Amino acid sequence: MTQPTNRRDALKCLGVGAGTLFTLQGGVFSAFDLAEAQENMGTPLFLQISDTHIGFNKDANPDVVGTLNRTIDMVNAMPKQPGLVIHTGDITHLSKASEFDTANQLLSRLKVSELHVVPGEHDVTDGPGGEFFGRFGKASNNRGYYSFDAHGVHFVALVNVMNFKPNGLGGLGDDQMAWLKDDLAGRSASQPIVVFAHMPLWTIYQPWGWGTGEGDQIAELLRRFGSVTVLNGHIHQIVQKVEGNILFHTARSTAYPQPQAGNGPGPGPLVVPADQLPGMLGITTVAARKKKLSLTDSTLA
Amino acid sequence: MKSNIFAFAVLIAACATAPAAHAADATVVMKNFDYSPMDVTITAGSTVTWKNLDGEPHTVTSADGTFRSPALDENDTYQFKFDKPGVYKYLCSIHPKMMATITVK
Repeated sequence: MTQPTNRRDALKCLGVGAGTLFTLQGGVFSAFDLAEAQENMGTPLFLQISDTHIGFNKDANPDVVGTLNRTIDMVNAMPKQPGLVIHTGDITHLSKASEFDTANQLLSRLKVSELHVVPGEHDVTDGPGGEFFGRFGKASNNRGYYSFDAHGVHFVALVNVMNFKPNGLGGLGDDQMAWLKDDLAGRSASQPIVVFAHMPLWTIYQPWGWGTGEGDQIAELLRRFGSVTVLNGHIHQIVQKVEGNILFHTARSTAYPQPQAGNGPGPGPLVVPADQLPGMLGITTVAARKKKLSLTDSTLA
Repeated sequence: MKSNIFAFAVLIAACATAPAAHAADATVVMKNFDYSPMDVTITAGSTVTWKNLDGEPHTVTSADGTFRSPALDENDTYQFKFDKPGVYKYLCSIHPKMMATITVK
């Protein structure tokens, strides 16, 4: 291997070549070049992995174990390890016990020991008493949704894949909405908030169910906070929106890409040439500097 | 009049010997993110077989919890025998835009 000649090349060696960093400054996001921004970045607060789809074996990626392993290697090679890892669901493809076993085995290789998980619809096809809750339900009394505080940030984990709306959008349901309202009430508006769920919490494309029925109500509850980051997966591609102080962001998958909204008969796996696949898979890193959160998307390319 | 009654009796006998329950069984396929056919009517005691022809997994999940298939990968099938009359709505719990109905008479 040749010696990197500059910082940009050095970063490529670490597998963090492609990416854009967004920093919140007075409610306005500005984009910076990743290679330069990385110089000043603090310790990553946390890292988001999504849509690992262990059990998937079709043309779009016959080796999802391999790409997750590469992802984990990339994370473990980061010079500063994040405080915790969030998995935004679709850990498995078919909710099978063997798929969860494989996923657990792979994810346990992460140097970061604190892992937070919300289910995707692929994880809970066996319902509320199924494999997912048997493994991850304890922290939330089998509800799946919960909150916690870490490094001064309030994290909220939501489940929007078990109470679908009649139009196919994801949903929280009345109990969870009441819980969320209660959880946020009385909290200082200056505390950074991170909300994560599997399906997008705002409507990206209703015909494919890419959204959450209570999205507007959720945004209303979050509006008064100075820094809100909403992280989702599900659509296997980056889509981002800024609304006031709220940044909505969907992450890439580590398994396979999906078509852009409305492109094709439905939201199925997208087959791309093998050499293009690593550039369409990846993770999101979130760093904290004072009260600002900054997001970095990195691919496996 | 007498001959009419005789003909009716023959018809009854013919029906009794036919495999009535099997004839009423139905098959639904999942293709291009839809159930086909979307509305199926069967008689009580009949069995419905679902088969997924998509590369993406689907489920057969009833709205009221009466039946729930596991995630069906491509070419996987699921069967359920409907003993009680009623209108059973179901959806794919992975792609909830997919909705369909089984009517049992």
